[in-house]
Amino acid sequence: MNKRHSILRRIYDYTFKTFATFFAFLAIFILGAILYEVLKRGSGAINFSFFFHLPKPPGEAGGGIANAIVGSFIVTFIASMIGIPIGVMSGIYSAEFGRGTSFSRYLKFSTEILSSVPSIVIGLFVYAVIVVPMKSFSTIAGALALSIITIPLIHGVTEEMLLMVPNTLREAGLALGVSYPFVVRKICLKSAKIGVITGILTAIARISGETAPLLFTSLNSPFFNFSLLKPMPTANVTIFNYAMSPYDDWRQIAWGASFLITVAILLLTILSRILFKRVKNG
Amino acid sequence: MKIPFSKKERTPFEVLSFISAIAVFSIIFLIFFALLIESFPAMKAFGFKFLIGLKWDPVRDIYGALPQIFGTLTTSFLAILIAFPVGILTAFFLTEISPSYLSRPISIGVELLSAVPSIIYGMWGLFVFAPIISRRLIIPIKNKFPNSPLFEGPPMGIGILTASIILAIMILPLIVSICREILLLIPDKVRESAYAMGATKAEVSFKILFPYAKKGIIGSAFLAIGRALGETMAVTFIIGNQHNITTSLISPSSTIASTLANELSEAVTKLHTSSLIFLGLVLFFLSITVISLSRYLIYSVEKNSGSRK
Repeated sequence: MNKRHSILRRIYDYTFKTFATFFAFLAIFILGAILYEVLKRGSGAINFSFFFHLPKPPGEAGGGIANAIVGSFIVTFIASMIGIPIGVMSGIYSAEFGRGTSFSRYLKFSTEILSSVPSIVIGLFVYAVIVVPMKSFSTIAGALALSIITIPLIHGVTEEMLLMVPNTLREAGLALGVSYPFVVRKICLKSAKIGVITGILTAIARISGETAPLLFTSLNSPFFNFSLLKPMPTANVTIFNYAMSPYDDWRQIAWGASFLITVAILLLTILSRILFKRVKNG
Repeated sequence: MKIPFSKKERTPFEVLSFISAIAVFSIIFLIFFALLIESFPAMKAFGFKFLIGLKWDPVRDIYGALPQIFGTLTTSFLAILIAFPVGILTAFFLTEISPSYLSRPISIGVELLSAVPSIIYGMWGLFVFAPIISRRLIIPIKNKFPNSPLFEGPPMGIGILTASIILAIMILPLIVSICREILLLIPDKVRESAYAMGATKAEVSFKILFPYAKKGIIGSAFLAIGRALGETMAVTFIIGNQHNITTSLISPSSTIASTLANELSEAVTKLHTSSLIFLGLVLFFLSITVISLSRYLIYSVEKNSGSRK
C-alpha cells in the first residue's frame, strides 16, 4: 500500500465522519428551530381570553378557542374509550389465547398494515360509513376515526408486552389450578401493565396531533358542542382553518393553539418515555 | 408455547378478546370495501380515464386524477431522495461514530422530531421555512439560472420543493430509527474483524455494514415513502394546492391527500364526493403496496439476523 493511497483513504474517512456528524446535528438543529418558533410565536398568543372565550369574527379583537380546547379533550377521550378496550383485548388474543395460530399471524400483518394506512384514508373511511349515511358531520365520527388510528398501536404494544412476560409465570399460575383466562387477567396483564399504559399514552399523543382525519368527520364549529351527533370544534382543525385565513388575529390564535398542542404532545411523549424506562429496568 | 385448556371453559373474557381480534382484523378490509363502494359513481362516469385525466375541475364536474397522482409521487420521491442519505448517515453516526454520551440525546431528539404533529410542520413550513427557502435558496438559484425550467415561476417559497423538504424532515426520524435498529442487530464480530484488517470507519460502514443490512435499509426507505405518500396537513399548508402538472419545482401543485383535505368537506355534487373517495382509494393502494414491500424486506432481515445469532 503506497502513501498516497493511504492519504486518500483517510480523507474519505474524515469526509464520511464530518458529514455523518453534521447531519445528526442538523436533525437536532431542525427540532430546535421548530420548537423555538412555536414557543416564541405561540406564547405571545396565550392569555386569559385564549383559554376562556369563544372565537370572535375576524376584525374584532380578542376571542379565544375555549370551545375547541374542550372539543379536543372530548374527541380524544371518546376515541380512547373506544380504541383502548378493543386494542388491548385483541392484543391479548394474539399474545395469549391465539398465540401461534395462523389467524394471529394474519392479525399481526393486518394491524401492521393498518398502522401505516394514511390517517386521511381512515378519515375518508369514516366519512363514507358514518358521515354520508347520517348526512351530518359529528363528534362520534371524529372520535371513531381517531380510535381506528389508536387500535393497531395499542394492539401491537399489548401483544409485545404480553410476549415479554415469562412463561414460568403462566405455568406457576396454572399449577395452582386456576383457569388460563384467569391467569391472563390477573398475572400476565398485571405484569405487563406499565408497558401497556406506555403504549396507550403514546397512542393518545399520536391522536392529539392528528388533524387530517378530523377535517371531514368532526369538522369544526364556532360554538361549544356537547352533542355526539353535531359537528365538533377541535384545536387542530382550528389551527388549519385559522392559519389559512388572511386575518392576523386568527393566525395569532393558530400559533397559540400550535403551542398548546406541541406542549401537550411533548409532555405525553416524555411521560411515556419515563414510564418505558421503568419497564426496561424491570 | 401453546397452552392447552379445554374448549368447554370459554369465559366471557376470552370470547370478548376473540371478537375484538376479529373486529381489528377486519378493519382493513372494511376500509377497502367502503372506499370501493363509494367510488363506484366516479368509476362509472370516468372509468380508467380517471387515472390519466389531466383536468380536475369541480365547477364543470370533470375529474382526472393525474395531477394529484403526479404531485404525490413527485413530492414523495424528492423527499426520500433528500431524507435517505441524511437518515442513513445519521444512523451511522449514532451507531458507529458517536460516543455514547452523544448518541443518547441525539436519538431522543430524533424521536421527538417524529412526535411533532404534522400540522405543526405545516405552520412552521408555511410561515417560517417557506420565506427562508424563497430568500436564501430559490431567488439565488433563479438569479444564476434565469431560464431553468426547474425553477420557473414566481419565487413564493410554496410549492413542490418546499413541500418535499418538509416531508423529508418528517420521514427522517423513521429512517434513522429503523436503520439504527438494523445496524445494532449486526453482530460486533463483523465490525471487529473488519477493523482488525485495518479498515477505516467509512470503509466498515459502507463496504461491510451497508451491504450486510441492505435489505432492511431499503425496507426502511420504502416505509418512509409510504409515510410520505399519505402525509396530509404539512403538505396541504405548503404545496399551494393547484391541480396542474409542472416541471417547475417551485410552482404550486397538489397531492391526493391535500386535495382530499381541501375539498371533501365542501364537495357539493355527488360525483365530486365520489371522485374524491376514488382518489382516496388510489392513495390506499399506493401506500399498501409500498408498505407491504417494506414489511417484507424488514421481516426478512430480522429473520436472518435471528438465525445467525
